[in-house]
Amino acid sequence: MTINDIQNDIIEEFDLFEEPMERYDYLIDIGKKLPELDERYKIVENVVKGCQSTVWLHGYEKDGKVYFEADSNTVITKGIVGLLVRVLSGHEPQEILDAELYFIDKIELRSHLSSQRSNGLNAMLKQIKLYALGLSQQAKQA
Amino acid sequence: MATTGVSINAINSSKPFDVEAIRKDFPILHQKVNGYPLVYFDNAATSQKPSVVIDAISNYYKLYNSNIHRGLHYLSEKATEEYEAAREKCRAFINASSTNEINFTKGTTEGINLVASSYGRKFLQPGDEVIISTMEHHSNIVPWQMVCDERGAKLRIIPIDDAGNIIMDEYKQLLNERTKIVSVVYVSNSLGTINPVKDIIAHAHEVGAVVMLDGAQAAPHMAVDVQALDCDFYACSSHKIFGPTGMGILFGKERLLEQMNPYQGGGEMIKEVTFEKTTYNQLPYKFEAGTPDISGGIAMGVAIDYINSIGYDKIAQHEHDLLVYGTEVLSQIEGFKIIGQAEEKASVISFLVDGIHPYDMGVLLDKQGIAIRTGHHCCQPLMDRFAIPGTCRASFAFYNTKEEIDKLAKGIEKVKEMLA
Repeated sequence: MTINDIQNDIIEEFDLFEEPMERYDYLIDIGKKLPELDERYKIVENVVKGCQSTVWLHGYEKDGKVYFEADSNTVITKGIVGLLVRVLSGHEPQEILDAELYFIDKIELRSHLSSQRSNGLNAMLKQIKLYALGLSQQAKQA
Repeated sequence: MATTGVSINAINSSKPFDVEAIRKDFPILHQKVNGYPLVYFDNAATSQKPSVVIDAISNYYKLYNSNIHRGLHYLSEKATEEYEAAREKCRAFINASSTNEINFTKGTTEGINLVASSYGRKFLQPGDEVIISTMEHHSNIVPWQMVCDERGAKLRIIPIDDAGNIIMDEYKQLLNERTKIVSVVYVSNSLGTINPVKDIIAHAHEVGAVVMLDGAQAAPHMAVDVQALDCDFYACSSHKIFGPTGMGILFGKERLLEQMNPYQGGGEMIKEVTFEKTTYNQLPYKFEAGTPDISGGIAMGVAIDYINSIGYDKIAQHEHDLLVYGTEVLSQIEGFKIIGQAEEKASVISFLVDGIHPYDMGVLLDKQGIAIRTGHHCCQPLMDRFAIPGTCRASFAFYNTKEEIDKLAKGIEKVKEMLA
């Protein structure tokens, strides 16, 4: 599946819920189901700054594709990073770098986040793209 | 009142306290947020504004916008008259002895910075000490750190106990002949603790130190008498007392203000300027460089009129009732823990619920139309003292109701259910 296929799937899933509270219930569920990040990756270098909550993001490369694992100390943020991982993990670096994430606005996540928290979301995205960039350059050098 | 073109309709201090009539004065309260009627419990961050305050700003721009002081024309004289009338209202509000002691600022933060800069820089010598407490807002920590660094002075910290009280014995031991400034918060923004500032001031004066009070959170809840307290400096913010943002009061004893250098240079604060030498304007203009927020000053005066029309005795009683009720109702929630349980407390409940991060609580209460604040509340050292990353904070104003507290309790239960 392409990044856009996955985005479209998520939009469809969230469209099933009309009430904002139901959307948050679903987001919480996604957060709860996200596998816990191995403690050895919960290091300062993996912390994404910018929100009231703490996010750890671990990226690695395998067979030319970039994979992400993430965790947070708050359930809602964990749901958001869970969605980002679902959309962006397992693709080639260039696909990740080129990705335009329209699903965030479509499922009204950004509008439900204050600008301070939106910055946190932006910080996560920036970190994901930086990983992709770094790993793609490493791959080229190898 | 007629001069600012606004009048207060619903309330009169001689009338009994009627929260429903008061709520009608605050247009913002009557709206739905995320499909629920708004419950606004973020008053410690900023308070809402009654129509009379909003109208005062609008009327200024509609009817007599003009730069103040020195203007010879009608509008300028009118604006000056209203602005200076607001200064007199502020003087009476905190019972300063003269309007020369009332400096208009941008808010509490600027007031503290002004004193740290203009008093601290002039009078602190290497080896001198400045005392603050563990429960200070960053705005009453950082300005003192900056001036202490610059002057080679030492910042000393009064510890607090587990309930959130200043430990007075420890404070007395910190005081000595090197103590030059004591700067403490009157009412803690994150714990609600009302500090025994009269005692704090008296002890500081015994060693010859001056005392600055951060009154940001005291002003909305209680009558403050700077002469009775005998404090040397007192700062508060308009936006916390139902006035507009960007305006505040700095009180300083006249003899101290006279000794201090200006905070900023520019128009208004001068008497005579030549390229060789400038002489400064008299108080209070010496500390008010540049065109101020004229409508903000006038509207702050109207906010003070509004508070007076209700009366602090009634405000304090209603808020105390809300605090007692809120503490009782919310404490029944399983896993609910209050941070800050001082005996003397303003209407602030800082809390944590077992297993729930404040961020999740804040977001999910907002989805139910309930506005609280989460995080460290600009008090990181205080959070470190309690070994927590932050809290959820519900802060009540006189326009809040017990029914709203019931909604908060229900909202918290709902969040618990969602996250279980």
